[in-house]
Amino acid sequence: MNKTRIIARLDVKNDFVIKGIHLEGLRKVGDPNAMAKKYYNQGIDEIIFMDAVAAYYDRNSLTHIIEKACRDVFVPITVGGGIRKIEDIQIALNAGADKTAINTKAVQNPNFIKEASEVFGSQCIVSSIDAKKKVDGQWEVYVDNGREPTGIDVLEWVKEVESLGAGEIMITSIDKEGTKKGFDIELNELVSSIVSIPVISSGGAGKKEHVSEVIKSTNVDAVSIASLFHYGIAPVDSLKEFLVNEQKIDIRL
Amino acid sequence: MSIVVVDYGIGNVKSIINAFDNQGETLVLSRDESVIMKANGLILPGVGAFSHGMNNLEKYGLVKVIIEYVKTGKPLLGICLGMQMLLEESEEFGDTKGLGLIKGKVIRLPVEQTNKIKLPHISWNGIKEKNIDWKETIFDNVKCESDMYFVHTYVAKPENEDEILSVTDYFGVEFCSSIKKDNIYGCQFHPEKSAVLGLSIIKNFINICK
Repeated sequence: MNKTRIIARLDVKNDFVIKGIHLEGLRKVGDPNAMAKKYYNQGIDEIIFMDAVAAYYDRNSLTHIIEKACRDVFVPITVGGGIRKIEDIQIALNAGADKTAINTKAVQNPNFIKEASEVFGSQCIVSSIDAKKKVDGQWEVYVDNGREPTGIDVLEWVKEVESLGAGEIMITSIDKEGTKKGFDIELNELVSSIVSIPVISSGGAGKKEHVSEVIKSTNVDAVSIASLFHYGIAPVDSLKEFLVNEQKIDIRL
Repeated sequence: MSIVVVDYGIGNVKSIINAFDNQGETLVLSRDESVIMKANGLILPGVGAFSHGMNNLEKYGLVKVIIEYVKTGKPLLGICLGMQMLLEESEEFGDTKGLGLIKGKVIRLPVEQTNKIKLPHISWNGIKEKNIDWKETIFDNVKCESDMYFVHTYVAKPENEDEILSVTDYFGVEFCSSIKKDNIYGCQFHPEKSAVLGLSIIKNFINICK
């Protein structure tokens, strides 16, 4: 048996959690540490902090937020955005993070995933992939927080990061992100069926049923949620109770 | 009273320190033999590859120190890789020798990796009582089947089943998720990342050290 993980995703800009649509049009929704603590108290399984503006500065600026979060949140914490060097991973881990999410740098230099997983172990390395559907129905990898197309096919890239030693894959649908219209089921099904490492589905949850839908109709191992929690549409505890009691999904209560 | 975390350059030590702080105990991070030998409790943390962990313990001359510490009868807690290194050897990246404090070896989780059964095993999963009564152990007052946070590909396989403190099921394969041999404890999961129940295990360990 395996319990599907429910993860809260906090995209952070200038010390505020922000939320946009399609990773754009960002607006402030709250203080990252206060929100992380609230979700922890409500029973969240994991928390992901993403530096939403790291691509501009080419570095991650969340260290002080991670340090603070790790003092009162005792579930796994992932930090992403602007991870460019082995040293950046070390800084994130020293701050108390358990894993780092790597996106742009891996596309620029795929060997970075291999090197990072050899130094810190695969369990530390989450390959974060932003996917956008093309007119031909295939998906393309985007970098720099969903702004830059790369010409790389998502399904090929997913297989490659697995073979390079990534411990997990977080797949974000740019088309669905922030729309509250539900997950890209087809994309999640394809990605989670072709790898044998855990897959985190991200982008699109607007109601509780979207979460149960992606868990039931794909092989994803975890679901990353922002809007549902940030806007109080479904607090962590009520979502989990819905998934367990009404949808009979095996998760931690 | 002092509880020491072995400082050998491996693992997310900060999380462990924070979790003990939350339970009112300030940990000492050290690789100094005299500090370790004087400790009332010792924690061996660790994530990553077995051989990398053992190499670092050897580099800092800590193998002998940990073995000597255990002989004093004071409590030791190994977490994740720190638990695996208590055994005699691991098959990860070819056979590597461990501390040998627990008879047995470390093996790859014996499941066939597929798109449904994934490795690493990264999940919350229940721990179940095996051959040892949990009362007065680090699991005192922890309910059977409580969920803990796991992230690993390899598992300890102790030779003596009486040293298995709990087992956990992963797609029908039951593996050893914690061990206890006299004063030696080991958890495959991360109590410092297992929310309120994990913190209660840490509280229990602090009490055992007193």
